[in-house]
Amino acid sequence: MPDNQIDVTYIAKLAKLELSDEEIARFSQDLNQILAHVEQLNEWDVEGIAPMSHPLPDMDALRADNCSSGLSNDEAMANAPACAEGQIRVPKVVESAHS
Amino acid sequence: MKFGTISHWKQQLSSGAISPVELVQELASKIEALNPSLNAYISWDKEAALVAAASADISKPLGGIPIAIKDNICVKGQPARCSSRMLEDFVAPYNASSINNLHKNGAITFGNTNMDEFAMGSHGENSAFGATLNPNNPLHVPGGSSSGSAAAVAAGIAIAALGSDTGGSIRQPASHCGIVGIKPTYGRISRYGLVAFASSLDQIGPLSQNVQDAALMLNCLCGYDPKDSTSSKRETPDFSAEIGQSIAGIKIGVPKEYLSSGNDPAVSAALAGSIKALEELGAQIVEISLPRAEAVVSTYYIIACAEASSNLSRFDGIRYGHRTAGNTSLDNLYSRSRSEGFGAEVKRRIILGTYVLSSGFYDAYYTRAQKVRALVAQDFNNAFAQVDYIIGPSSPTAAPRLKDESLSPLQTYLADIYTIPANLAGLPAISIPYPQQSGLPIGIQLQAPHFAETGLLRVASALELALS
Repeated sequence: MPDNQIDVTYIAKLAKLELSDEEIARFSQDLNQILAHVEQLNEWDVEGIAPMSHPLPDMDALRADNCSSGLSNDEAMANAPACAEGQIRVPKVVESAHS
Repeated sequence: MKFGTISHWKQQLSSGAISPVELVQELASKIEALNPSLNAYISWDKEAALVAAASADISKPLGGIPIAIKDNICVKGQPARCSSRMLEDFVAPYNASSINNLHKNGAITFGNTNMDEFAMGSHGENSAFGATLNPNNPLHVPGGSSSGSAAAVAAGIAIAALGSDTGGSIRQPASHCGIVGIKPTYGRISRYGLVAFASSLDQIGPLSQNVQDAALMLNCLCGYDPKDSTSSKRETPDFSAEIGQSIAGIKIGVPKEYLSSGNDPAVSAALAGSIKALEELGAQIVEISLPRAEAVVSTYYIIACAEASSNLSRFDGIRYGHRTAGNTSLDNLYSRSRSEGFGAEVKRRIILGTYVLSSGFYDAYYTRAQKVRALVAQDFNNAFAQVDYIIGPSSPTAAPRLKDESLSPLQTYLADIYTIPANLAGLPAISIPYPQQSGLPIGIQLQAPHFAETGLLRVASALELALS
């Protein structure tokens, strides 16, 4: 396993989290301790073992592709933090061409 | 201290000794009196429960019985906050399938129980709504993450409750509070409407005062649901069918790795006492080995955090949940809303999960953990070729003290060593209390092969009776 120390500032950017200096220091310490412990997984020979992503062998994820009604527009938007004209309001994401 | 079991209240309701409305009123007055000192519930909608009680059909299996619901399971029109600032104002627009199943069977859903934020924690202290206290000793934690569900049942302010269990979050608080908690086989109960933490591990289950009530609730909760692609099409048996039957001749394995010197003396004594009781009932005790027992915590925290970092990416401040105030760019809106909405433990796990999935580290951590997970599952397959069930502690210790700052996150994670394996392998497992003369409760865990809950409940019930 890599012995790099975790770069919490970089990872937080990937995870879309803004952390305080205090959080970065604390998480760096906690996570490096956890990652050092996790090194023990290297003790096990996993050669030829298929990765297990799901605990049950008999899952059948397919169902008939039928139409059914879901939430109404109003119900779906009832928890949105900002709405206007039946839509969820978000910050401007496209700059105007002449700006 | 307890409020009376489901069986007790069913009998009271059917004899006419009490009406469903009176039962809700009696329970509500207990909650109002005791909850301020315990913080087991975040909220309870007495009016809605009274309306449901007025039309309750007591002929149904859970007719007129109020059930408390963990704050991460959606009940239409009620908050589902996951004990997080992120979802402080969220009102569920639909019912979880487990809730529909409770309602179909006559139950009245009543109260949102406190929890560790987004089900991440083992102490019930990571809640934006304050810690829950252990009703057996308020200087100690109730366990977690289904902290409020366990504390409410133990304190007699709930008859029974729903929880969710990703790495022990039903069984460990049940153990610390002195009640029964079962995580059924992965796929038994639909997770539709459960806020996802780690989807290959999450499972809903009941917390109750005894094994009989757990079986009654499973009868109402289990079954295929097209809305959860991981839900099993296996038929739902009568889970109480074998309760009361003899366990003579049944083979019960004791993993030598579970007889660790890291267990508290009271835990070791409880395990020894339980093994003795099972032998006296005619069960055959067999020493077995689960060679990967030491690897489960590392495996679990890599997989659970990886899945959580993905599942919790939906909380972006756009469609629902907390949005930061003021005008800002879209990118800043995402990161500020998330940083303001999530608590420390949730951020810590998102960072860990993002790291193990990031370019250059994915195979070394995540893929390797998935392979060790396969080995852990293989250990159980080998064990269940030799024995019918496995016994061990639910937790290496009794409930820790509140606000114990000497415990690092890693030390707290390591205490999940006995509950995590059932989630990794998808097995059903139950924690039942081992009676204590004094001191804090200790739980004993029984694990079974996939879909063998009926027999598991038979053994658990026989042990419960022998110990009582």
